Amino acid sequence: MPQLLLELFSEEIPARMQAGAARDLARLARERLAQASLEFSELRTFAGPRRITLVVDGLPAAQADRAEERKGPRIGAPEAALEGFLRSAGVAREALVERDGVYFATLERAGRPTADLIAEMVPAIVRAFPWPKSMTWGSGSLRWVRPLHRILCALDRVVVPLAIDGLESGDISEGHRFMGARVPFRARDFDEYREALAGHFVVLDSEERKRRIVEGARALCEARDLVLVEDEGLLDEVAGMAEWPVPILGQMDPAFLSLPPEVIRTSMRVHQRYFAVRFGDGRLAPHFIAISNIETPDDGELIARGNARVLAARLSDARYFWEEDRRAPLESRLEGLEGMTFHARLGSMRARVARIEALARAIAPALGADPERAALAARLAKADLATAMVGEFPELQGVMGGHYARAEGLDPAIAEAIADHYRPQGPGDSAPSAPLTVAVALADKIDTILGFFSIDEKPTGSRDPFALRRAALGVIRILLESGLRLPLRDMMAASDFKAAGVAEFFADRLKVMLRDKGARHDLVDAVFALGDDDLVRVVARIEALAAFLATEDGANLLAGYKRAGNILAAEAKKGALPQGKPSRAANGPAEEAALFDAIAASRPHIAAALAAEDYPAALTALAALRAPVDAFFDKVLVNSPDLAERANRLALLGEVRDAMGQVADFSLVSA
Amino acid sequence: MTASNPLSFQDIILTLHEYWSSRGCVILQPYDVEVGAGTLHPATVLRALGPKPWRAAYVQPSRRPSDGRHGENPNRLRQFHQYQVILKPNPADMQDLYLASLEAVGIDPTAHDIRFVEDDWENPTVGAWGLGWEVWCDGMEVSQYTYFQQVGGLDVSPVSGELTYGLERLALYVQGVDNVYDLAFNDRQSADFKTYGDVFLENEREFTAFEQEAADTEVLKRQFLEMEAQVPVLLASKGRRGQPLVLPAYDHVLKASHLFNILDARGVIAVAERQSYIGRIRDLCKACAQAWVALESAGA
Repeated sequence: MPQLLLELFSEEIPARMQAGAARDLARLARERLAQASLEFSELRTFAGPRRITLVVDGLPAAQADRAEERKGPRIGAPEAALEGFLRSAGVAREALVERDGVYFATLERAGRPTADLIAEMVPAIVRAFPWPKSMTWGSGSLRWVRPLHRILCALDRVVVPLAIDGLESGDISEGHRFMGARVPFRARDFDEYREALAGHFVVLDSEERKRRIVEGARALCEARDLVLVEDEGLLDEVAGMAEWPVPILGQMDPAFLSLPPEVIRTSMRVHQRYFAVRFGDGRLAPHFIAISNIETPDDGELIARGNARVLAARLSDARYFWEEDRRAPLESRLEGLEGMTFHARLGSMRARVARIEALARAIAPALGADPERAALAARLAKADLATAMVGEFPELQGVMGGHYARAEGLDPAIAEAIADHYRPQGPGDSAPSAPLTVAVALADKIDTILGFFSIDEKPTGSRDPFALRRAALGVIRILLESGLRLPLRDMMAASDFKAAGVAEFFADRLKVMLRDKGARHDLVDAVFALGDDDLVRVVARIEALAAFLATEDGANLLAGYKRAGNILAAEAKKGALPQGKPSRAANGPAEEAALFDAIAASRPHIAAALAAEDYPAALTALAALRAPVDAFFDKVLVNSPDLAERANRLALLGEVRDAMGQVADFSLVSA
Repeated sequence: MTASNPLSFQDIILTLHEYWSSRGCVILQPYDVEVGAGTLHPATVLRALGPKPWRAAYVQPSRRPSDGRHGENPNRLRQFHQYQVILKPNPADMQDLYLASLEAVGIDPTAHDIRFVEDDWENPTVGAWGLGWEVWCDGMEVSQYTYFQQVGGLDVSPVSGELTYGLERLALYVQGVDNVYDLAFNDRQSADFKTYGDVFLENEREFTAFEQEAADTEVLKRQFLEMEAQVPVLLASKGRRGQPLVLPAYDHVLKASHLFNILDARGVIAVAERQSYIGRIRDLCKACAQAWVALESAGA
């Protein structure tokens, strides 16, 4: 079965775009092959620094022949219309069939050779390729991520001739820029191609490049009793920056180890794409791992020295910032925040700090934090934005503030609050729990959310430019993970922003979070409908409710509730429901009196359990209603012809509904 | 470190001149108005516009008042030198041409780790952007390599390829020196040997003090307004052939831009104001770019 090999060879493709390019190439190829009715057994794509490659195995030599029916004019349509149809379909009048008052022509389509289809498919894929950023070059108008130089396209070991803006296909590719023969080579199928690439010092598969990097780097470290600081994101990036990755261990002047470790690691990672190296006990070691794209006769000695010098220059800069920044206390940086715009309509960073300070002071008591210390931590939380170090390394915001706070001798709890107030910064990051930190972290996030809501910058669909969803989730996680009893409304009331829709926004975020954890959406709704905004309580109710509904009592009581609700709703349609409390019907059926007794008996239990926020107990108390409710429905006719009887029985059902409604809105629970 | 007798600072320049001259570039002199980057030389920013082919190379002293360190930092300068090459349209083998130029100055690509690392270039004050790379040699950025896509807010066609070599960085690398002031400016063996510090250290000291401390900000602000006001006036003025005075107008944009950079270094421009200054310079630049394209396309 024929194999298709396609390589698009260009100048260096940004590392961050390569994985997406491999996916897009696979997707576009699948779509086009499906449109052309070409089946295949396997489709693979690869992406690297200078090429993206597609291999499709098990293609047919041609499309299958097929018959295609085409609809023509109505029978009795003007002659000219019919003739036009015959011409365009290329069939004789005798060949038409009539069905449902319409002419149909059957066209026999011979399957086209696969090569012809590929020759059309490749230019279409290239022109439609969704690079995040693309460009034109020279005098041409073709767009690609960087100038495109070669198209290798072979089907069943034969070149598929095609041209895109004058660039013609062939069977030639190139290997490593500097290693090996440095001459183009021919390849007409995947085995030949892969082998030729390896012979020309190119590792085609990004997973293989990653494996070489990790294994090589670990081996270098182990040989010196050091440990590689693994970093998945960096690994993905460096694997996209070298066709022939060669890890190299470099030296760093140990004097730099007096810098905060985050600074060293960030400088290595962000500026130089180096892996950090540590000792067995966790301390950073005065080394780094650089990933070079070349093997040299001196085993990378020259390259290691060059890289070490660059790192030294970077770290000297960082040390200069570290020393300069510590000359002035954080408090003195507040002035610098005046000139920083937080958002055109929400004022300067200084104004934001003032708001966060007020908020932190207001919510601190409920968190068991001292209001004045919370206010101080909040006031200094953003001061590092005006330091040179954070100017150079924005990703160190918070962390540097913490270091500077400790360096100037501030209370460690305040330093910790400054350092950690941006947390949690993602699903993998833990939520802070120290009271001062929580006060600042909540104040920061609440100010962000309310601020943007107040100027109507709410997230919509996939657009959330100010990361408000992450902020809301952060608030929720902080409250839940520490079991903090701080109603959202109380926190929001402490802000000066007036914004609508924030409670619903939080509810939505909590729903998404709970649903992601497997909670039933309807139970979340049923509890939220009560209007409670103490998230700890909300979650406790939802959990208890889920457990209750999983029991037989719970399921049956829910059925009884639904039945009661339906009857009440049906009766309400006929006219206003009777008002007033039910009475114990001494002369009626025993089941009616029994239900009355059961409700009366359950009432204090439910009240006590709710007061104690013991939701499992409240639900157990409700479970006592299950048998009386079932018996009531079995034996008692609600819609009695006796109006007084009817009124009493409806009132009883109303009591059942109200008793249950204290725990959740069961009407929103699906059976 | 890469050769027994590495090229001096000026020999790197002379070698690059020779190299690019033999590849069809006109070798120009630095533009004699203060600029922050070699791109701003009209030989790049204006010539990149319009349909006419163009190849040029030149050194451009580039002034970054905010980077001044009174000559006390071994790596940071308020004035450094860029070697600038523009090839319009960019030839298909431009990467190879560039790599061969590195070899010419003594960087052997089989002994070093040369990389093209994504870096999309943008200069908002002249409304220009392009896609390309930083070129790394053993982890050190030695050049910026860009395919212009827009200049002065206008799409360019044909596309120009721009190479910017940071001459001091390149020389530090080629000579294996850690302090810029220790670079050999001319032949280290010569009786008339000078270091980079001999030539430029005093310049760094005085200009850092001027740009960051002594410059009279009221005067600078007034001059900025004057330069700004002249641009539309000059674009509305006509030369003998009826053409707008684009080149003089553009000089005034450059002067305004440099005045802004000094004001910025003096720390008197608030963040909110900053955007507005940059926007004003961009608008002036765009007006010049449009006038230049009209002139070039008319075949003047």
